[in-house]
Amino acid sequence: MSVERGGWRVRALKLWIPLGAFMLFTLFPFYWMAVTSIKPNSELYNRKIMPMIVYHPTLKHYVDLLTETNFLVWTWNTFLVAVVSTAISLVFGTMLAYPLARMKFAGSALISFAVAATYLVPQPLLFIPLADIINQLHLGDTLTSVMLTYPTLLVPFCAWLLMGYFRSVPVELEDAARIDGATRLQTIFRVFLPLCVPGFISAGIFAFTLSQNEFLYALIFLTQTDVRTVPVGAIAELVKGDVFYWGQLMAAALLGSVPVAVIYSFFVEHYVAGLTAGAVKQ
Amino acid sequence: MVGPPILFLCALVGYPFLYGIWLSLEDRPVAHAGTFVGLANFVADAHDPVFWRVTINTFVYTFFATILKMVGGLGLALVMNQNFRGKNLIRALMLLPFIVPTVLSTIAWMWMLDPGFSVINWLLKYFGLANPGPSWLGNPTLAMISLIIVNVWRGLPFYGITLLAGLQTISPDLYEAATIDGASTWHRFIYVTLPLLKPVIFIVTMFSIIFTFADFQLVYVLTRGGPANATHLFATYAFDIAMGGGQLGMGASVALAMLPPLALIIIAMSIYMKPNKS
Repeated sequence: MSVERGGWRVRALKLWIPLGAFMLFTLFPFYWMAVTSIKPNSELYNRKIMPMIVYHPTLKHYVDLLTETNFLVWTWNTFLVAVVSTAISLVFGTMLAYPLARMKFAGSALISFAVAATYLVPQPLLFIPLADIINQLHLGDTLTSVMLTYPTLLVPFCAWLLMGYFRSVPVELEDAARIDGATRLQTIFRVFLPLCVPGFISAGIFAFTLSQNEFLYALIFLTQTDVRTVPVGAIAELVKGDVFYWGQLMAAALLGSVPVAVIYSFFVEHYVAGLTAGAVKQ
Repeated sequence: MVGPPILFLCALVGYPFLYGIWLSLEDRPVAHAGTFVGLANFVADAHDPVFWRVTINTFVYTFFATILKMVGGLGLALVMNQNFRGKNLIRALMLLPFIVPTVLSTIAWMWMLDPGFSVINWLLKYFGLANPGPSWLGNPTLAMISLIIVNVWRGLPFYGITLLAGLQTISPDLYEAATIDGASTWHRFIYVTLPLLKPVIFIVTMFSIIFTFADFQLVYVLTRGGPANATHLFATYAFDIAMGGGQLGMGASVALAMLPPLALIIIAMSIYMKPNKS
């Protein structure tokens, strides 16, 4: 870090003004979400008053959202699907990453190439055939359909992130355990995996956020209200034809974002580590 | 040990991928048996003016969104790469657009761009810049611009944070040496920062191109491809044909049109990312 020179003017110009402008751009939509969600309809649809503040805040939209829609069911579904997909992805990711990081075997180069390639295949390339396959398997409108398909995006990511992490753990520790008479499995479970907990948290938190964000598969596979996730439920049921229930939409957007934001806030460092792991080689 | 996950990925990525190619060669209405038609779907795409409109849209969207995110993200990373109080908090807040589910934040943008109650238009009017203000999602050009802005809003943190991490790996000694040799701030940026940051910029940009090129959520929520197909991308157009129109074969062929440009990037990146050589 270079030594700071110049007075407060330079500092304002180089730091606070651009940073302030950026934060305004970044955070305003969230402010708008929050403000809109507590406005009564009489203010929401009144063009004559200043829209930036709320004159008579109300929780009506939240109450309506929780009592008149299946929002709580959607939240539960989203959570359940995210937890199951994350768990599957971590287990499969580890099963791929450990051999690739620690063992030499025929085809390992090909597998690591395939994993990287799979990671980069976007959902829109696969959703039409997958929709047909899910139909043929009679899995339409079940949470199983998304619990099976989300990990296709997450397993390669977890494998790839964990592979990098596994390589950073010194092999000598495992060698020492083996010399002391531990079997390979014992070494993995007692010595190696406990050392990799930060890597699992990074991969897990990232996978969890990604599964909360997934929309396309859920939109196609889940058409009944009781199996929907929050994003699909909000778009499909709070917009009726041309009628937008803006207050409830904003309440849903805010409430739907809170779980992810809270979990993220506890693990910011791990999240950033996962995010940058791909691009920056430590 | 690698068996089960490989089997899983083959069943749910490999097989659907090949099945998608097969579908694209069929006339396949939903819930009916398909008939093999060879390349007829692709020929039909080539004669469909909307298909070409979609192609142009996708490239315009990807190009401008990527450039803006790259330049903005680099600027943001440079600003953030200074010492100041509250840096960790700001960095955490900065990532919010990236972690909040896209569909939900896009709903907020949709309301901000609403034809009747847009807060942006209220501001324009308040400062006397426009009255009543444009219809952001109703005008073909403005709708595309709006989509690009929202995409940049969401993607900028990813660039900013990753490039910041890249900047922090550059040794301060290099800057000191350059300063002693008489290099100006600008020269230090051009000759020290940029070359060392190049690999990170490359990876981030490639990632971002892939997911911008194949974007679905933003367009689906904000414009549904309208007005008059002005903002349809490959993914949303394929969705409309396959899910709305029930033509799985045609839809698959539109989705596969994304493959050639994506495949180039994916192969280049898979080779580059192989961690064996770090």
